[in-house]
Amino acid sequence: MSEVEAIKAEGLTKVFNGSLVAVDHIDFSVRHGEIFGFLGPNGAGKTTTINMLITVLKPTEGKASILGYDLAKQNNEVRYSIGVVPQEYTADEDLTGYENILLCADLYGISRKVSKKRAEDLLKLVELTAFKDKKVQTYSGGMRRRLELACGLINRPKVLFLDEPTLGLDVQTRAATWNYIRMLKKEFGMTLFMTTHYLEEADALCDRVAIIDHGKIIVVGTPDELKDSLGGDIINVAIKKDVEITGLVEKIEHVKEVKKENGSYVIKSENGEVTAPLIIEALRKEGHVVTRLSLTKPTLNEVYLQYTGRSMRDAEESGEALHAKRMLMARRRH
Amino acid sequence: MSENENISKSKLHGLWALTNRELKKWYKAPTVFILTLIQPIIWLGLLGNALNLGSLVSSSSFTISPEAIASLQLTPAQLAGLQDVFSNMGNSILQTTFGTTSYISFMAVGMIAFTALFTTMFSGMSVVWDRRLGFLNKVLSTPVSRSVIIVSKVLSATLRSMFQAAIILIIAIPLGFQVGAAFTPLSILGVFAFLFLICLGLSSLFIAINIRSTRIETPMAVMNLLNLPLTFASSAFFPIDRMPGWLQAVANVNPLSYTMNGMRQLLINPTIDYSALAFQYAYVGLFALVLTTVGIVLSWRFLNK
Repeated sequence: MSEVEAIKAEGLTKVFNGSLVAVDHIDFSVRHGEIFGFLGPNGAGKTTTINMLITVLKPTEGKASILGYDLAKQNNEVRYSIGVVPQEYTADEDLTGYENILLCADLYGISRKVSKKRAEDLLKLVELTAFKDKKVQTYSGGMRRRLELACGLINRPKVLFLDEPTLGLDVQTRAATWNYIRMLKKEFGMTLFMTTHYLEEADALCDRVAIIDHGKIIVVGTPDELKDSLGGDIINVAIKKDVEITGLVEKIEHVKEVKKENGSYVIKSENGEVTAPLIIEALRKEGHVVTRLSLTKPTLNEVYLQYTGRSMRDAEESGEALHAKRMLMARRRH
Repeated sequence: MSENENISKSKLHGLWALTNRELKKWYKAPTVFILTLIQPIIWLGLLGNALNLGSLVSSSSFTISPEAIASLQLTPAQLAGLQDVFSNMGNSILQTTFGTTSYISFMAVGMIAFTALFTTMFSGMSVVWDRRLGFLNKVLSTPVSRSVIIVSKVLSATLRSMFQAAIILIIAIPLGFQVGAAFTPLSILGVFAFLFLICLGLSSLFIAINIRSTRIETPMAVMNLLNLPLTFASSAFFPIDRMPGWLQAVANVNPLSYTMNGMRQLLINPTIDYSALAFQYAYVGLFALVLTTVGIVLSWRFLNK
């Protein structure tokens, strides 16, 4: 059984209202015990994918399995073995944090004796014990997010789905949430599937990332693999006199490519930290004066740019926002 | 990790949990609960007393010219008898029209059904809220049966309505509510049976209407549209057999009419027509059965997408 992937999707597709293609024949697999991230702008199809995997939406086409359980045929087995931390704050505001967790437990049919103990443990885990008997409407955003996490863990899931786990959180709360997620993987060996549209989040947290755009997976890999696929670090060098140095720089260790752009040189290197001092040294030896040098490590933003042809921010701010909104409405209705 | 011996696969476990959630939301936020009670009580207190129908027909509500009386050449005893007939006419008209001499008692029963209608309409709204707030999706990702999600809404609305109806009945007593001659403590049980059935049907209806809706405006519009027609085209304020024919036709299919008439038989009428009562139970029961089935079928169809 351990050979079976934690999550496997083949040709998974969702079409809303016969024409709105939210998820378009995607294939991917998630290994046991890894944090797998779905990265993409709003409206890319991330939440629709999650909703199919957590058995809330029926795929239009294709199939998927979780822990070897077929999504279509064994959806009850799937439901017992997964936990879900939704994008929205779904806890009931009129109830206390403790009551909310017990309610989640009841939905899995967990006996009261067991659920009480587990609720206490989970409240401790997410540091809400002191607030357990307060109504959720008095909770802050970060506390509510933690409560959602506790609810998602009540059935001791082997696979946990997190939809935009840090959406709208401040920097400290986001960092704390990342720590919880890392802990779940480390302490419980849980498999985590998360969506995000924060590049730095995918980079910091995920073992592997799938970049999704317009319902299609563009590329899958570890954050480092993806960044390396761009050809390495970028060193930007300017020198005092306008002389040709391409031939000189090309000979330096790790340098892969040299281009002249707007009076300065853009150098791609497999190892920027090593190459940069070598460049300065070589140029000085030849009597050139370096006036400026910068070293850029590629981020997932560059990766996203490379594969989709536009930056993530552009994608979110352009007319695609409208598409995202239509998608949201369609999703709610189904 | 798995502790299967502690997992109950019974549908009742989830059903009770979700029903309890709704009930907790209700009794922990008494403002809404009190507000929904105020409206029928105001109607009852103001309209029930303002429409003092008994005073319309009495010896003091119309005048006959003294010449006309003189021309009858009655003896004083005959005159006194005639005055007696006139002053009793009002009560007699009320008795034959409303089945009781107390209009406020007639209307109180209407108000109980009205409260049931109102409370069940809110249950339709809560489906939309659950969808909008993401709670529905969370529940759908758990092993809870899809029909349980709907049945818990229906059940909680029903329990709420029955409780509110009981309160209205109690408040109606100081306002002038009088039970009829046929009333026995058992009648109370009969009344709750009627309420249970009508609430089952109505809340299934409103949940079915809203099950696909994502906008909170939809249930509001539905409420506004159906609220008054359902109330006035029923026997809430006036008996159906005195209505114009076309309105009778509408009121005669309205299950609220059968509920009200049935409850009036049990509570305020001098005698009970058992065959009519049986028909009233059958009609409301069929309404509940059909709509609850429709609601469950729709929940399978639309929550399983």
